[in-house]
Amino acid sequence: MTTLTKPDTSSAPQDPAGDAPFLSVRDLYVRFATEDGTVKAVDGLSFDLERGETLGIVGESGSGKSVTNLAILGLHNPRNTTITGEILLDGQELTGASQRTLERLRGNKMAMIFQDSLTALSPYYTVGRQIAEPFMKHTGASRREARARAIEMLAKVGIPQPQTRVDDYPHQFSGGMRQRAMIALALVCDPALLIADEPTTALDVTVQAQVLDLLKDLQQETGTAIILITHDLGVIANTADKVVVMYAGRAVERGTTREILKEPQHPYAWGLLGSIPRLTASVDVPLAPIPGSPPSLLNPPSGCPFHTRCAFTATVGGDRCSTERPQLPDGRGSACHLTAEQKRDIFIEQIQPRLR
Amino acid sequence: MSEQQQQSLEKASTLEPTPSLAKVPEQRPEPGERLLEVTGLRKYFPINGGFIFQRRVGDVRAVDGVDFHIDKGEALGMVGESGCGKSTTGRLVTRLLEPTDGKVVYAGQDITHADRKQLAPIRSEIQMIFQDPYASLNPRQTVGTIISGPMEVNHLNPPGGREKRVRELLEIVGLNPEHYNRFPHEFSGGQRQRIGVARALALNPKLIVADEPVSALDVSIQAQVVNLLQQVQQELGIAFLFIAHDLAIVRHFSQRVAVMYLGKIVEVGDRDSIYNKPRHPYTHALLSAAPEADPDDDGRERIRLAGDVPSPINPPSGCRFRTRCWKAQDLCASEEPPLIQLGGSKDGHLTACHFPEEPTVAARDEDIVLDPALAAIEEAADKTL
Repeated sequence: MTTLTKPDTSSAPQDPAGDAPFLSVRDLYVRFATEDGTVKAVDGLSFDLERGETLGIVGESGSGKSVTNLAILGLHNPRNTTITGEILLDGQELTGASQRTLERLRGNKMAMIFQDSLTALSPYYTVGRQIAEPFMKHTGASRREARARAIEMLAKVGIPQPQTRVDDYPHQFSGGMRQRAMIALALVCDPALLIADEPTTALDVTVQAQVLDLLKDLQQETGTAIILITHDLGVIANTADKVVVMYAGRAVERGTTREILKEPQHPYAWGLLGSIPRLTASVDVPLAPIPGSPPSLLNPPSGCPFHTRCAFTATVGGDRCSTERPQLPDGRGSACHLTAEQKRDIFIEQIQPRLR
Repeated sequence: MSEQQQQSLEKASTLEPTPSLAKVPEQRPEPGERLLEVTGLRKYFPINGGFIFQRRVGDVRAVDGVDFHIDKGEALGMVGESGCGKSTTGRLVTRLLEPTDGKVVYAGQDITHADRKQLAPIRSEIQMIFQDPYASLNPRQTVGTIISGPMEVNHLNPPGGREKRVRELLEIVGLNPEHYNRFPHEFSGGQRQRIGVARALALNPKLIVADEPVSALDVSIQAQVVNLLQQVQQELGIAFLFIAHDLAIVRHFSQRVAVMYLGKIVEVGDRDSIYNKPRHPYTHALLSAAPEADPDDDGRERIRLAGDVPSPINPPSGCRFRTRCWKAQDLCASEEPPLIQLGGSKDGHLTACHFPEEPTVAARDEDIVLDPALAAIEEAADKTL
């Protein structure tokens, strides 16, 4: 069994500046035209990702986290979707790139793992053929070479008896094995960017732990950059280096995993952390949920999108929260009108005691 | 007037209006009194095969010999991975399914094979909350009709009329009583689950079986519903069978916890005892796999099992966990371990294991990594270091 090779960096187009991030998303807007109006699914999102790094994108359903990544891969429906902004993958502009260009990148330089492996894999073809197909397309390998590569990949992700299982159909695999097969499919061309959209949500806890560790270990071996989309802060804690918290199509907070989990600054992040029970916390304290429910993206609240559910609008004072949109600073920071001192005081006095 | 109707009328007259949760019903249950006792419960679903003549070729052993009990006012959590039989157990207890074998005794009455008529009065005391708030409410009925449905079926006429009671219930679960005439599609997922809770409370039940009540909801909404259920459980003194796969939520909600694996309970005990001093290797593996939103939780042991749960059609002999267990020996294959209290365990903490683990979840000297792919990569990484 050969090992996965490091992605060949020398052949990649070198950025003139030299130190530009590997993936850079700037002011991304994604809008869908629907019968009811325009849905602002992603509303001015920016983030950077370096090679070998894992970025976690956390948010509830409808926060725009999946749409962002479909936009990176160019998998949206071009007829009703408008994308503006900048997506630079290794210096190459992806917004407005032709389908041909994207086709050459998808499955090759960037790949995706979907949440539901049963619907993402075709029931009509064997697992081996589905893994071999992108390999043949992108490397020009023969059928036999591609099959050998598929077996190698299946062994790599821990499918027992890969020589025989390669000819199985997806329904003959269990849920955990299908997810592993999908990881094999995504990694078959040694992508430099892997987008994992809720890769373990459909799996049981023990299998989830196996799959997450496998992703992490494979990343260390290959140096792939990973975008991990999830709603589960526990998954983030174990796998991600950096985190972007999204709410109503906007990034509301950005920082390292430790910063987000230990010293969150945005009231929404406080709410998320207060909502999850922990294995070690006291059980007598009731959870501290966020009141209300996420807003409709057809007609998002004015100003800060979180102000309708936020407990600290009075601290900011006036109607600033409902009129003025807070900006997210570059690097560590949160999009909130509270001053840095206010955030620190509220967190230490009111939020932190509830988290332990 | 039939006996049943008379019974329900009697109940109607004693029905206490509970306008808010602050008002606790008068007869609070005595702790320690058995409400539900389940012994040797089995449910086999037949698999039929053969062309033209359908023959029984095997069974899915969804639940295979389960014993547990729930005291009055107590919440028993049931955790396990998908396919371990926890939902089937819930459906057997509510008698939506008839057990293949075993016994279900509710408040001293054997309801294992009771028929519709015998079950009618008991069904009003055992209610269910379902997982999917979109599928469990009739889209063509108003909220008022949905919540008053159980009262109509049981011919209950609470003082002040059903509508008044429904409005009270809506208030209890945190919805606006003005929503009486709305339809389910006008509500969000969390609000729909609240409607489901209100419907379950409509008959003042003594036991609620909640089958994954929050797993379909967003994180911030989950906490709202968990808090509501906890309020209901503690302030109205309703016993719960709380079925979920999320270990942290079960710990937060239940006083006792049962861990299921492939149709059997492998460990049951007090919450603290199960989460801090587990003895069964599977409980150790489950706890170790649960992701915790804390970057500093290196103090926990790391156990990574290999593969998935085996098929319940042909479960392993002896101990069912032995195929994925790192301590398995010959004895595990030949003899099924009984669910007993082990030396050193707290009273009521029962474990079914021949070779139990140490009662701690602290990190071990060496991680247990059974997954071949993981083990291979990590071994290679260790060598290069």
